[in-house]
Amino acid sequence: MRGNPHAHQLIAPGSLSAVLELMAAAPSEWTPIAGGTELMVAHAAGRLASRKLISLWGIPDLRFITLNPDTIVVGAATTFRDLRAHSGIATHLPLLAKSASWIGSIANQSRATIGGNLVNGSPAADSSPALLVYDAEIELVSVRGTRRIPYAQFHTNYKRNIMAPDELLYAIHLPLRFAHHRQYLRKVGTRRAMAISKVALAATALLEDGFIREIRLAAASLAAFPTRLYRTESALLGQRVDTNVFQPARTALLGEVTPIDDIRSSAEYRVRVAANLLEEFLKEMQSPECVA
Amino acid sequence: MSDGCPTIRFTVNGQDVAVETLPMKRLLDVLREDLHLTGTKEGCGEGECGSCSVRMNGELVNSCLIPVLQAEGAAIQTVEGLAINGELHPLQKAFLQCGGAQCGICTPGMLMAATQLLAINPHPSMPEIREGLAGNLCRCTGFTRIFESVVSAASADTSNLQAQADHAR
Amino acid sequence: MDPIEKTRIVGAPVLRKEGVDKLLGRARYVDDIEREGMWFGLTVRSTIPRGFIRSIGFDRRIDWSQFTVVTAADIPGKNHIHLIIADQPVLADGMVNHCDEAILLLAHPDKHKLREAASAVHIEYDPLPPVFTIDESERQETIVWGADNLIKSFLLEKGDVDSAWSNAAHIVEGEYRTGAQEHLYIENNGMIAEWNPETGITVWGSLQCPYYVHKSLLAVFDLPEDKVRVIQTETGGAFGGKEDYPSTLASHAALLAFKSGHIVKMVYDRMEDLAATTKRHPSRVRHRTALASNGKLLAMDIEVATDGGAYTTLSSTVLSRATLHSPGPYVCPNVRVRAHAWATNTVPYGAFRGFGAPQSIFAIERHMDEIAAVIGLDPVELRRRNFLHDGDTTATEQVMRDPVILDKLLDRALAESDYYDRHKKFAQQNQSNPIKRGLGIAAFFHGSGFTGSGERYLNSLAGIDVIPEGKVRILVANTEFGQGTNTVLSQIAAEALNIGYDDIIVAQPDTSVVPNSGPTVASRTTMVVGHLIERAGAQLLTMLREHAGLGAHFTPKEFFAACERYRSSHGKVESLCRYEAPPGIFWDDKTYHGEAYPAYVWSVQVAQVAVDTVTYSAEVEDFWSVQEVGRVLNPILAGGQIEGGIAQAIGYALYEKVLLQNGHMANNQMTNYIMPTAEDVPPIHVYFEQIPFRYGGFGAKGIGELPHDGPAPAILNAIRDATGVGFNTIPLLPEDLFLELSMREPQVETAPV
Repeated sequence: MRGNPHAHQLIAPGSLSAVLELMAAAPSEWTPIAGGTELMVAHAAGRLASRKLISLWGIPDLRFITLNPDTIVVGAATTFRDLRAHSGIATHLPLLAKSASWIGSIANQSRATIGGNLVNGSPAADSSPALLVYDAEIELVSVRGTRRIPYAQFHTNYKRNIMAPDELLYAIHLPLRFAHHRQYLRKVGTRRAMAISKVALAATALLEDGFIREIRLAAASLAAFPTRLYRTESALLGQRVDTNVFQPARTALLGEVTPIDDIRSSAEYRVRVAANLLEEFLKEMQSPECVA
Repeated sequence: MSDGCPTIRFTVNGQDVAVETLPMKRLLDVLREDLHLTGTKEGCGEGECGSCSVRMNGELVNSCLIPVLQAEGAAIQTVEGLAINGELHPLQKAFLQCGGAQCGICTPGMLMAATQLLAINPHPSMPEIREGLAGNLCRCTGFTRIFESVVSAASADTSNLQAQADHAR
Repeated sequence: MDPIEKTRIVGAPVLRKEGVDKLLGRARYVDDIEREGMWFGLTVRSTIPRGFIRSIGFDRRIDWSQFTVVTAADIPGKNHIHLIIADQPVLADGMVNHCDEAILLLAHPDKHKLREAASAVHIEYDPLPPVFTIDESERQETIVWGADNLIKSFLLEKGDVDSAWSNAAHIVEGEYRTGAQEHLYIENNGMIAEWNPETGITVWGSLQCPYYVHKSLLAVFDLPEDKVRVIQTETGGAFGGKEDYPSTLASHAALLAFKSGHIVKMVYDRMEDLAATTKRHPSRVRHRTALASNGKLLAMDIEVATDGGAYTTLSSTVLSRATLHSPGPYVCPNVRVRAHAWATNTVPYGAFRGFGAPQSIFAIERHMDEIAAVIGLDPVELRRRNFLHDGDTTATEQVMRDPVILDKLLDRALAESDYYDRHKKFAQQNQSNPIKRGLGIAAFFHGSGFTGSGERYLNSLAGIDVIPEGKVRILVANTEFGQGTNTVLSQIAAEALNIGYDDIIVAQPDTSVVPNSGPTVASRTTMVVGHLIERAGAQLLTMLREHAGLGAHFTPKEFFAACERYRSSHGKVESLCRYEAPPGIFWDDKTYHGEAYPAYVWSVQVAQVAVDTVTYSAEVEDFWSVQEVGRVLNPILAGGQIEGGIAQAIGYALYEKVLLQNGHMANNQMTNYIMPTAEDVPPIHVYFEQIPFRYGGFGAKGIGELPHDGPAPAILNAIRDATGVGFNTIPLLPEDLFLELSMREPQVETAPV
């Protein structure tokens, strides 16, 4: 244990409004901590830079899942266990349920929150690809009010996002319009459980008479942050799903991504496997039925 | 600097505790150092090995990743809370019979994970057992006899297991 | 062949002796121990792989008067860790030879202030060019150890290898490489040390060999034997990683205790344990093999090279075992093995389950499959044609006087795995399935116990005594760290004395209490020390019959009554026995000829592997292991050892990579050093054939290391079977599979620029 508990202040005001007021009074000074599964790892390694931490754990306003007729709204402090246990998520957003089951271990899932996953902003974030292909919207909150932006615009660079210093991620809004879409999500890690993603691919696509009418593709670990694959989507949009489309799709993906070599894997491997995953999805779409 | 040492109150294995300590002290360290419950172990400090696993409010957590301030009001169960009045918990009996523990260092966390698994799923399939224990690393057994231990305990009296798992709430 | 003796307790699945405490969370590992007035210790380590220490600066922002600081200058005796060669310093003195080498030690009552102080020590170096690989070291362009970088070499010759090539129908060459492997015991290394002018030094800690630590401390402190005491605490896994390293850590903790006057605890965190402690020796093995047209081996020319790291530690004995296991369990009239252990500027490598055998068995068992492919023979059949049998000689001309049942093990492995039917099914499915499945086998032996006359040299003493409370106490320096020492030795004692398993307790290994029964290594404990316990039991019964009126038949109560009668006339009730070598062990260390090992254990393993051509990942889906290890004394413990060894070796083959950057382990966290989880291990099927060994405890031979020898080659042979591509390097990661397999895929994509 290399962190020093004396060197960090941690308070738990207990309510959303109290947290927001404190953050407004001293913008950029407070680091919110929810389940702690990222920050406490940094603390143990002696690398927790934040001196002042403000706890979001146990604030009911932030931990909820609301099922509306057209949307599901997920509070930022919802844990991955909460997501897995919710029948609405399983039914309407199966890719999100699937990605929740990949986070760490059962013990990590009890504490890791979806908000924390997004704000931490790792390019390998487990929930991001699913959220991107589900057209998720992020709701941010501060003393100044709330605002919503498409999740696809949330990350701006490696571990950088559009949040203002006094803002908190409040909720994720997910439209329920993918019931007839083909859906795909696959993560490739170092082992079957407790694996940081080397590459992951999510996809939703609407087929009509064998042609792709809508398509959304998103990947983890192929860029500085989780991102949609717009050029690859363009290459596929309006195309007939048959073997002729595999190679152009792969080539488009190759040209679009900027993977890196790092401690876990190589750029070459990542991009090849991503292309293989894409082809796997396209092959699945060739058959009459596809269950994510 | 810190606000000093607030008093944090929670229960451990059914007993009320109040600890005056730094908010960012890890729950693991509070259990081991302040409460002298050394059954819960530190294997990695990064939430990977699961040897620090405890149950908190009916959920499995890695205590090395929890700042003790966030344990305020929680009901914690550690390995010391499994046996009741000297009688081994069915999981402990099963581990003993089946050879589920070798060096024993992963065992407390593994028992917590298995307790959690059987509390929510009294008759788990083998894939469910593997998933339930995937966050607990064992270097000695290759997991084979741990799986057998869980299967053996699951086929024991389940109402007993429920009661035992809920003990200390 | 001796029949299996009828026994009550030996052979039964009795419960683990210390099991209840472990399950209750009551077992006390070193970090669970708190002593009043205890301080903590921390090590400041080198950040460069090789160079001179120019200066050590202490930042003035720290009040150093509160701390104890220890450098090499503070060492009262010799600044070296006593092992085979005394080239490894306790603390670097003027020069460092690997990253993370210990330079100085700090102690303080507050762990956090300690960390702060460590970061306030500024060390400046004059770097020297480092060497990081076997290939670099053997080029001898930069000398980093001794006169020529060569830590040790062996030459083993049988027959005349050079004359065989001209007669060969086939000549097959291959090069095989294995990487470093970390033990990853879940309990990190830790020690508590105390100094007292009257009693001297006492250390408690996580360790395998209390007398190794004892011997090391004698030299470091220049103290007489009775002024150093070493006590083993409950140890959370070891696998060889706590064979020699604890001598270093104990020296460090003891130096701080000595200088500070306080009890000092030093427990590593995972990052430090991963980066700074021993690992398995990386290896490179080259084979050149001559075969007759029917696949019979005519000659084997083998080169074994290991990376020893910066200091000798155990590299010579690891190389020895690698040498002796390199020709495999086969008959071959002409063999030459040239073996070299090379020094590099990396953290010294040490003991790890198998101790050189996994490395060279990987090579020969992969090579056999390559040979089979070249000559067009079924790999199973190729092995059968070359297996050792009773009366055959090994590469050291050791005659197999004990039964060799490789054929039987192979037959059983094939039957249990349904090998040929499965194989046929996969060959068909692979044509259309993106997941390619294959089966691979490995056949191997493991020399049980120390090489040659090693046991004579150890001259172990072990036995039992009886305490007035009515228990028989096992007195051995051999330690429990999960493998079952306490249980098995208790079973042997109870059986030999004809009393109950619960009448036996095991003395905590404490050098002031137990005799030196040798280290807990080399799969020797049950076989060698178990035999001493068996003899000590028989000896005690004789003593009691002659001097205390014990009858021919007796109850446990009568037994203990006789013990008390004996105590009143003799003062204590103790029975110790010294090692006696089995007859006919002749070993020549210089020519590497003769009985290399007193006994062998044998195994055939089958791996079923699935290779996913979408992700290039290989997973072991199923695994069968058939072995002959003498008499199985406890089926649960024995099975557990095989399963655990296999899981660890699966990690060795497919998951565990030590990533060095500038000689420092960059992936020194559990999130980045990958071992298989409960979701990754296959079902493991274990079968024993039992042939009691006359000179082992109740017929047992060694079991701990054998299972780790075979899985890596079996797995890579299965991958060859599944994909048609032979991979010769482990760990074999998806990125490595990708590089080879993707070249063979229909579309060729260029990587983005």
